[in-house]
Amino acid sequence: MAGVASKIRFRDPQVEMAHGAGGKASRRLIDGLFAPILFESIPAPLGDAAHVSVNGTCVALTTDSFVVRPLRFPGGSIGELAVNGTVNDLAVCGASAQALVVSYVLEAGLPTEILEKEVRAMAAAASRAGVVIAGGDTKVVEHGKADQMYITTSGIGHLIPGLSISPAAVRRGDRILLSGPIGDHGITILLARGELDLDADLRSDTRSVLPLVEALADAAGAGVHWMRDPTRGGVATSLNELAHDCGLGILLAEDSIPVRDEVRGACELLGLDPLHIANEGQFLAVVAAEHADAALKALRATPGGSEAAWIGEIAEQPAAAVLVTTRYGGGRIVDMLVGDPLPRIC
Amino acid sequence: MRFVDEFREPELIARTAGEIRRLADPQRRYRFMEVCGGHTHSIYRFGLKDLLPPNIELVHGPGCPVCVLPMGRIDDGLSIAEHPGVIFTAFGDMMRVPGTHGSPLEYKARGMDVRIVYSPSDALKLAQNNPERHVMFFAIGFETTAPSTALTLMRARTLGVHNFSIFCNHVTIIPAIRAILDSPDMRIDAFIGPGHVSTVIGCRPYAWIAQNEAKPIVVTGFEPLDVLQSVVMLLRQLNQRETKVENQYKRVVPWEGNRAALKAMAEVFELRPYFEWRGLGFISQSALRIRDAYAEWDAERRFSVPGVRVTDPKAAQCGEVLKGVLKPEQCKLFGRECTPEHPIGALMVSSEGSCAAYYNYEHRKTPALASLGA
Repeated sequence: MAGVASKIRFRDPQVEMAHGAGGKASRRLIDGLFAPILFESIPAPLGDAAHVSVNGTCVALTTDSFVVRPLRFPGGSIGELAVNGTVNDLAVCGASAQALVVSYVLEAGLPTEILEKEVRAMAAAASRAGVVIAGGDTKVVEHGKADQMYITTSGIGHLIPGLSISPAAVRRGDRILLSGPIGDHGITILLARGELDLDADLRSDTRSVLPLVEALADAAGAGVHWMRDPTRGGVATSLNELAHDCGLGILLAEDSIPVRDEVRGACELLGLDPLHIANEGQFLAVVAAEHADAALKALRATPGGSEAAWIGEIAEQPAAAVLVTTRYGGGRIVDMLVGDPLPRIC
Repeated sequence: MRFVDEFREPELIARTAGEIRRLADPQRRYRFMEVCGGHTHSIYRFGLKDLLPPNIELVHGPGCPVCVLPMGRIDDGLSIAEHPGVIFTAFGDMMRVPGTHGSPLEYKARGMDVRIVYSPSDALKLAQNNPERHVMFFAIGFETTAPSTALTLMRARTLGVHNFSIFCNHVTIIPAIRAILDSPDMRIDAFIGPGHVSTVIGCRPYAWIAQNEAKPIVVTGFEPLDVLQSVVMLLRQLNQRETKVENQYKRVVPWEGNRAALKAMAEVFELRPYFEWRGLGFISQSALRIRDAYAEWDAERRFSVPGVRVTDPKAAQCGEVLKGVLKPEQCKLFGRECTPEHPIGALMVSSEGSCAAYYNYEHRKTPALASLGA
């Protein structure tokens, strides 16, 4: 509210890489600094897209920046990510992307050939996702002041009828649905950096999830209570945010979570948890139990949805936390990622 | 996934857990120390405590190289990062460990050139590719990682790479186990012995634990079935009043160890007269330093290092937790001032540290499992 001094709770003395890693530190920066100053009048919790009323019509609005290195990797590139990422942020907020605007920050010395490839990749991805790129802006910074190129896309979408997504709608007994195998993107990028001397036949999963979200909306409608695309910080971070926002517990059955052998293998070697690894073409949905079977059937019948699976359910306990259970009866709490995933040595 | 899934097979795990329940005498309490941080991590990651009867307690040992490193050493290492032209390299585990003026990652955020490497030989490659810079590798670890540091130094000398050095913090496991056994508040019945360390040193060095201290010890792998099988083997020894060294991790650990690795270590390293361990204090002949023949590549001799000693905050009870006297959640700071995001003690930093493992995987779990009827 105007005139009221906002209470700033962000006490870290400087910005660290962890504040951009999508985990706890990111959340602290948003909740402790951005939200009290910028979004005071907007009721919490913050989702992947904002709902804004324009002349009485509600639209969804979002923005996302892409700073990936390397620019190209098996299965995709920064341009493709920039389109799909924003389309997906809108999709999991129950909106169908209509138009994007794009902003480039380019480092002086960037070969035109590389730029052109990425612009073409964006055009192709936009055409596949059925969205228009309606405008843009370009800035160039001195050589050495940026890492080749950064892309920001902002998107506007109309709300998919019959969907109403909110952590407040999540109930005990709801089922948790995952659209496909996790960790492909994050591990692909880690390997593409070439620092590990590891090879695996893996591709980024970058894609628009809108067709899958639409299929889910058709099959389960108001039975869909919440959705999120588990990008940085992975499934564990997205579900911890949900648990925190709704105050309920999330129980995951470890065996039911689809993870490719290549991803599991890399995670085992590096001491990482697939639940913390980034995805760019998957989404999580919480669906009322009575719509569960229809929802899964619809997803699996949609191209790209054949590996969708139930991975868990909502419970009273552990309050505001995520518990993973193993087939042999053990369990562990899975927290948000703290900082970037760092490999263990022994 | 081959060689992994076999050791996570639910039926075998259930059968082994049943065997443990059958062997454990309900009238007595068992306290087994798992020496390695890797074991601690597995125990929490796979929820193995949930499979053990309540009278078997697993106590976390000193085998987490990041955890036992005193803050002064981190400060000393980071002081080298401040020299112009130096690239500071370390394993990912080290990056969030706090020094007095911040962790390596915070130094990086302030503009120092700090990089994660996956092996010391990657750091050497970095030095070869950046001849105008000096690359310093912050070496940590027990005998598991010391051979690769030794081989890298031998290679640096052979290749004549002069813009490369090692800040050596390698420690040895046996004196740490001895310090724990000598501790007056020690109440351990048996040891789940080091796995990866033993691939290098073999099983013989543990003989005194069984013979002189009369404690069973089983060298153990890191998969769920490995740890549970090791508990079975320890219970059998205790039930039969035996105390011996057994090798559960035969698929990886030869009884005699790895001679080539031991030879490389002997070529490059010698024992320090004493070294400070976080939580355990000074332990004589418990760490390695670089021999004179390799002095040129010894960062401690090449740079002037302040050699500071930093005492841990009084309220932090890392030492008691490290010795197994206190459980992580019994420390006054656990989960309040000290969390994985803002670690005060090193046990909260490394994912192998018992506090971090407990915080990440165990904390808040009990009521949830109880509500499931588990």
